[in-house]
Amino acid sequence: MSNLAFNRHSVWAIYKFEMARALRTLFQSIIAPVITTSLYFVVFGAAIGARMTQVDGVPYGAFIVPGLIMLSLFTQSISNASFGIYFPKFTGTIYELLSAPVSFLEIVVAYVGAAASKSIALGLIILATAALFVPVRIQHPLWMIAFLVLTAATFSLFGFIIGIWAKNFEQLQFIPMLIITPLTFLGGAFYSIDMLPPAWRTVTLFNPVVYLISGFRWSFHESADVSVELSLAMTLGFFAVCLAVVGWMFKTGYRLKS
Amino acid sequence: MAAIISISNLTKTYASGHPALKRVDLEIHQGEIFALLGPNGAGKTTLINIVCGIVTPSAGTILAAGHDIQRDYRAARAKIGLVPQELSTDAFESVWATVSFSRGLFGHAPKPAYIEQVLRDLSLWDKRQNRIMTLSGGMKRRVMIAKALAHEPQILFLDEPTAGVDVELRRDMWALVRRLRENGVTIILTTHYIDEAEEMADRIGVIDKGELILVEEKSTLMKKLGKKQLTLNLSEPLAAIPSELGDWHLVLNGGGTELEYTFDAVDERAGIPALLQRMSDLGIRFKDLHTRQSSLEDIFVSLVSDRSGG
Ligand SMILES: Nc1ncnc2c1ncn2[C@@H]1O[C@H](COP(=O)(O)OP(=O)(O)OP(=O)(O)O)[C@@H](O)[C@H]1O
Ligand SMILES: [Mg+2]
Repeated sequence: MSNLAFNRHSVWAIYKFEMARALRTLFQSIIAPVITTSLYFVVFGAAIGARMTQVDGVPYGAFIVPGLIMLSLFTQSISNASFGIYFPKFTGTIYELLSAPVSFLEIVVAYVGAAASKSIALGLIILATAALFVPVRIQHPLWMIAFLVLTAATFSLFGFIIGIWAKNFEQLQFIPMLIITPLTFLGGAFYSIDMLPPAWRTVTLFNPVVYLISGFRWSFHESADVSVELSLAMTLGFFAVCLAVVGWMFKTGYRLKS
Repeated sequence: MAAIISISNLTKTYASGHPALKRVDLEIHQGEIFALLGPNGAGKTTLINIVCGIVTPSAGTILAAGHDIQRDYRAARAKIGLVPQELSTDAFESVWATVSFSRGLFGHAPKPAYIEQVLRDLSLWDKRQNRIMTLSGGMKRRVMIAKALAHEPQILFLDEPTAGVDVELRRDMWALVRRLRENGVTIILTTHYIDEAEEMADRIGVIDKGELILVEEKSTLMKKLGKKQLTLNLSEPLAAIPSELGDWHLVLNGGGTELEYTFDAVDERAGIPALLQRMSDLGIRFKDLHTRQSSLEDIFVSLVSDRSGG
């Protein structure tokens, strides 16, 4: 077989293995996000939202739905994918992956595909939960799906990088907790950046998460902090950067091979 | 004989600066059992891991089944199975699932009948539905072997397959290795049990401090370096070795009751009949005798200690 061929059996084996891992803990993987989402709606939607009428002409409860989905999508994609590759490194079973006749792209497609599948499913579950609390309208369903898939894939890829980079469990948690979650909260998950004073708004525009959330929110409400094209371009750009980094990691064996 | 693996000029210096392999050249013949011996830290695992793609070589080239392991890694790796030294398995998966996974990972369509055969050969069939974490260490090792065989490799690396394994499993493993060899699989194993290499291997390589210091047919090696020893239990103790027996360089042991004669195995003519004749002429009688051939272990120890000595 040539190096360039696509080895579907290998990809399928890894994908299935990763999905089986998730299915074993199906209950936690579904129940936890459903509870969290419900809590957000109780706190932000009912308690605070009752005092805030509308944002950009959308009821506050409905306004936060895309942000909420994105928040889970970011954190779950990262944790799924980083754990998926970190764990074999930790237990030593990575030897098998490294000795298998698979290319880096196949490994990435399988691991990132599995992690993204899981977080897409999760995003849809959160959307369904949200629909129980507030009327959710999606203006551009196809764009919504496109952003959902692209974001899940991008952050899974990012998580994959973290999983390769991490030398211990603390490092595995470090970036999601200390960087992604704050940036998401400050990136307009729960408010429109138009609501900020001008100086802060400028600062906020340096937060890449703003661009990622904005396009997704636009697909729901047609209201956006930045243009859809910019949002899409930023997401694709981030995806490309992550892919390049993973490619480099496999080429040099960074923290995978000695 | 055709080489199935050719290693040339293989050098590995780890990031720490430690030179684990120094310009190693080695050819493994198609269909043989090759035992790689060497003390801890000699570089055995490093060599195996490089061939399997787990460690990056610093220099040198390796062909496996005619394919360059770096340029043509897919074709090369598809032919190779590895049972690593460390026991690392999944925990929650069943035996069946993990072995089937390995087959898929190596690019093969499922073949349940073959997996069943492998599991039966390794006495794992009854355990196929068990989670791996519930198995004993020896069973886990069998699982790792089953995983390595799942894609029907032509070349099998066994890095200390019998470390910490009981006698029965050891015998089973030897039997399995022989069966695989009969089916044309080339086997490269490392071990610290020299009797195992002596029992199993066609050829032996000794590696020490990153250098391959010897590669030889086992039988040649035993002949070339092996010593034979004749011990005679005397009927009456001797105070000293009579000068008439000086030609044989005998050693007197056991408070004068044992005479030991050491000779080269190659040099069989070495005159046992003459010695016995001379002894009977001198009236020295013995009540028992036995000979002993030095084992591979003796050879190995003397090889490695000679090097560290000078
Ligand atoms: N990842 C690594 N980084 C740095 N040095 C390493 C690494 N792996 C192995 N070494 C060193 O390289 C040398 C060879 O190690 P290797 O594991 O190949 O030995 P070995 O012959 O398999 O020994 P053993 O019989 O103990 O398994 C040792 O000195 C070891 O400390
Ligand atoms: Mg070793």
